[in-house]
Amino acid sequence: MADAPPLDQRFGLNRQIVLPGPLMLDCGAALSPVQIAYESYGSLNAARDNAVLICHALTGDQYVASTHPATGKPGWWVRMVGPGKPIDPERHFVICVNVLGSCMGSSGPATVNAATGRPWAMDFPVLTIADMVRAQAMLLDHLGIGTLAAVIGGSMGGMQALSWPALFPDRVRSAVIIASTARHSAQNIAFHEVGRQAIMADHRWCGGHYYGNEEGPSSGLAVARMAAHITYLSEEGLTAKFGRNLQDRDSKTFGFDADFQVESYLRHQGISFVDRFDANSYLYITRAMDYFDLAEGYGGNLANAFMGTRTRFCLISFDTDWLYPTVESRRIVHALNAAGAEASFVELSSPFGHDAFLLESPEMNRIVDGFLRAGGLS
Amino acid sequence: MTSLRPDLRIIADNVRAGSRVLDIGCGDGALMAALRDERGVDARGLELDPGDVSTAVSRGLSVVQGDADVDLEGYPDKSFDYAILSQTLQTTRYPARILDELLRIGREAFVSFPNFAYWRVRSSLLVGGRMPVTPHLPMLWYETPNIHHVTIDDFRALVADRAITVEGEWFLAANRPRKGALANLFAEHAVFLLKR
Repeated sequence: MADAPPLDQRFGLNRQIVLPGPLMLDCGAALSPVQIAYESYGSLNAARDNAVLICHALTGDQYVASTHPATGKPGWWVRMVGPGKPIDPERHFVICVNVLGSCMGSSGPATVNAATGRPWAMDFPVLTIADMVRAQAMLLDHLGIGTLAAVIGGSMGGMQALSWPALFPDRVRSAVIIASTARHSAQNIAFHEVGRQAIMADHRWCGGHYYGNEEGPSSGLAVARMAAHITYLSEEGLTAKFGRNLQDRDSKTFGFDADFQVESYLRHQGISFVDRFDANSYLYITRAMDYFDLAEGYGGNLANAFMGTRTRFCLISFDTDWLYPTVESRRIVHALNAAGAEASFVELSSPFGHDAFLLESPEMNRIVDGFLRAGGLS
Repeated sequence: MTSLRPDLRIIADNVRAGSRVLDIGCGDGALMAALRDERGVDARGLELDPGDVSTAVSRGLSVVQGDADVDLEGYPDKSFDYAILSQTLQTTRYPARILDELLRIGREAFVSFPNFAYWRVRSSLLVGGRMPVTPHLPMLWYETPNIHHVTIDDFRALVADRAITVEGEWFLAANRPRKGALANLFAEHAVFLLKR
């Protein structure tokens, strides 16, 4: 620890850096400069081998274990990251990067295009998960980190964590992929398309050029969030939480107000989301997820993505997750077995559906902790 | 050294140091941990029970949750020096197919199982007329995961029928090693090392 520069401006909370680039994107465009927002906790050790990269999900951000500046809520994964947790700043140098295309400080449709002096809006190049990962690698170069001890993520974060060893086999020793998939299914794409159409059907979307306007496509974005939110929960969870219970009333109103608690809950989810998220970012990131099919670049054979890999893998799925069900994790595991990779996998039981990875799960923590420690950082 | 189940101890003592091993039905990883710690073995595991998988992974072992009946096909041919199936054969839906899979994935295979022709089992069935409950077969017929009870002689016949060579055999009674003579009657448990 003593060797780490104590006042290095590259490290700490709420960092933002503008790198010259160019970052060559899968769509063929070159992004330059590349703005990246991130946070780090803990210290890089003298050997520079204790870095753990956390990848966030679709609407997540870099505030993994610190207070969110807009909502004032605690970090989104304080159950996994913090003192005494599986990822511990006392032992690990923790980095979380706002993905490219997002709206929390990294380059995205809402950032200003240097060429025009106006927000990119829909002129921002369409991104892929691999582009997000390459941007993270670019940041690691800037931070002086050659090899990651581990990369870990759930949902879209898991797609990045899975892509890391495929794209940079020598730069990551362990990968933890939770509640995720190696490709978006037709059903996944279908739900995202509903969300995108809701945004683009909002007259305030204005073809994406709403940034100077009084209000953006908040109704469309809220509907997109409501539809997506259903996919993050399980039927069992919704029934347990709401059932057919009515919202603050004794009987049905024979109208279209939020009679049911579940309606009220979803409306609240939609409305609170628009305060913290940019509609165009939602379009770009869902597109990146829909384009994700890791095997595509390897002749359609997922095992080829990991042939000869020295990375250790740990996969976790949840039995009530119907967004990225266990069968998707198992496909990855079979590919890893075929590639001879060191792989662990377990399906955990939870009533909470896809969102289970964000919630309290002592079993998940026990597995991640043991897996990371066996990788050499105890 | 932790005390391994006696059949696992036999396997642990007969696996070549530094080899690659797939332990199918590895439980909480006791054998894998012993192989890793005592013999520098690169051990991978497959286990059906999620609680056991969690325990094994949390102790740093590479274990995949899966079913021997359906999840072995992804493993390439001869990708392991040994495939190990301990006390699991009798729980599988297609034991003969599993044997073939073991010797496809592993160059050699260890298989251990409780002997249903052990004299106490025989007498329990003969005298009591009920499905036997013994220390090695402790569960009642409607609770046991053992859906394909097998005797040592049955196993030998199956192995011969499928042109598999027996490279080694070990027998246990009351958790102690015993000689092969009349094993089908006096051994409670058998361990075979197979090759094709």
